[in-house]
Amino acid sequence: MSPPSINQPFVTGVIETAAGKIPVVSRVITLKDRLGSMKVRCGIGRSSYRVDPGLYALGNPDSESEILVTANYKLTFDTLRACVGERSFWLLVLDTHGVNVWCAAGKGTFGTDQLVSRIGSSRLHLLVRHRSLIVPQLAAPGISAWEVKKMSGFKVIFGPVECLDLAEFMDNGLVASRSMRFKNFGLADRATLIPVELLHSMKIGVCFSFLSLILGGFLGQNHFFENAVKYGGVMSAAIFIGIFSGAVLGPLLLPWLPSRSFAAKGAVIGMITPMTILALTKGFLDSTWSLWEAGTIFMVSMAAASCLTMNFTGSSVFTSLSGVRKEMKWAIPFQIVVLACGLVAWAVSFLAE
Amino acid sequence: MKKMLYLKNVSTLSFNRDLCTGCGTCLEVCPREVFARINGAVQVVEPDACMECGACSKNCPVHAVFVKSGVGCALAVINSALGRKSSSCCCVLDSEDQSPCCSSNKSSGCC
Repeated sequence: MSPPSINQPFVTGVIETAAGKIPVVSRVITLKDRLGSMKVRCGIGRSSYRVDPGLYALGNPDSESEILVTANYKLTFDTLRACVGERSFWLLVLDTHGVNVWCAAGKGTFGTDQLVSRIGSSRLHLLVRHRSLIVPQLAAPGISAWEVKKMSGFKVIFGPVECLDLAEFMDNGLVASRSMRFKNFGLADRATLIPVELLHSMKIGVCFSFLSLILGGFLGQNHFFENAVKYGGVMSAAIFIGIFSGAVLGPLLLPWLPSRSFAAKGAVIGMITPMTILALTKGFLDSTWSLWEAGTIFMVSMAAASCLTMNFTGSSVFTSLSGVRKEMKWAIPFQIVVLACGLVAWAVSFLAE
Repeated sequence: MKKMLYLKNVSTLSFNRDLCTGCGTCLEVCPREVFARINGAVQVVEPDACMECGACSKNCPVHAVFVKSGVGCALAVINSALGRKSSSCCCVLDSEDQSPCCSSNKSSGCC
């Protein structure tokens, strides 16, 4: 394993140590870093947003400084170098192929084997006098502390879940309080994940909406464009209401929606949203929208929202695989049936002229 | 803020009190406060909070805790049911041991 390149934009120099030349990284997050973060939050170029794995210096560390272990996803790396304050650290970056700590630990790339081999290849025993590493707590599914100790002689100290607690953790003498060990999934955590969810589902939504405009245009009894707007418009409204409910409102309102099942939460919000729109835009049912058209909107929105909120289990941090399997057993058939009902209602709306 | 909980009685977490030495590593690594020390002894106090991440079983030096670990991601379950090895979502369940396997070279994903 070669040492990290010094030709990376955040490297400001090199430091000579007993373990060789180590690149020094800046604490300053530039505008370019911020734009990069915004881009990946929208799902653009996420897998190639990486830094070179290996050993770095943050600030002016010496042989007594602590070593922080992290992933080579640049968003993770930037968060870490910006949140440690004025302290100096060594940063040992593992190669997780640009994946965050939690996911990489689950997969095993942020794992015992790689950590042990990087301890050796980075010659940490020459770099520092102590024999300990601070590993993020959320890496624990991949890192076995007792095995690392046995294999490398280095003691793994699990740091806090949130990097912002790192300063307090250091002040406490490397002890994390109970709240630092707990991973919550608050409103802000959920909100940051929405753009990716929304953009992914919109891609599919726009395709289906377009298809429904074409189909509506051909199948109606009037002019193509008139039909497209009339029938395709209903289906498109259904699709976008469903996406908005399932990918935006579902995640945001997660703790307040009834049931513990994500698919059920999604189905509920997929019903509430069109009902709210109905109530706010009175006359929606009796004048321009027929009963069948309203049925289309309710059913399609409910199926889409249930599916999308169920998909949010992957982004959440409290769902288990056993639980997801259990709810999918009823949720997938349910979503298919509801969607089918919606399509039937749409088909009937053509005949109910 | 109240702790969010997922479905009841689904976690595969099992804990063998006889093997436990009380070192407390599981309390330290669990991000969901599933374990607690009561009168000096480690106990599972909230099994429904468990998300089967596997941190406890991986870090228990005496193998007193066991959990069938995996990622609670619906898309990953769908992908594995469809026999996809990799997909637009980075989460793909490995068919053999059902452990999560995030494909590294594909763009974007759910985690």
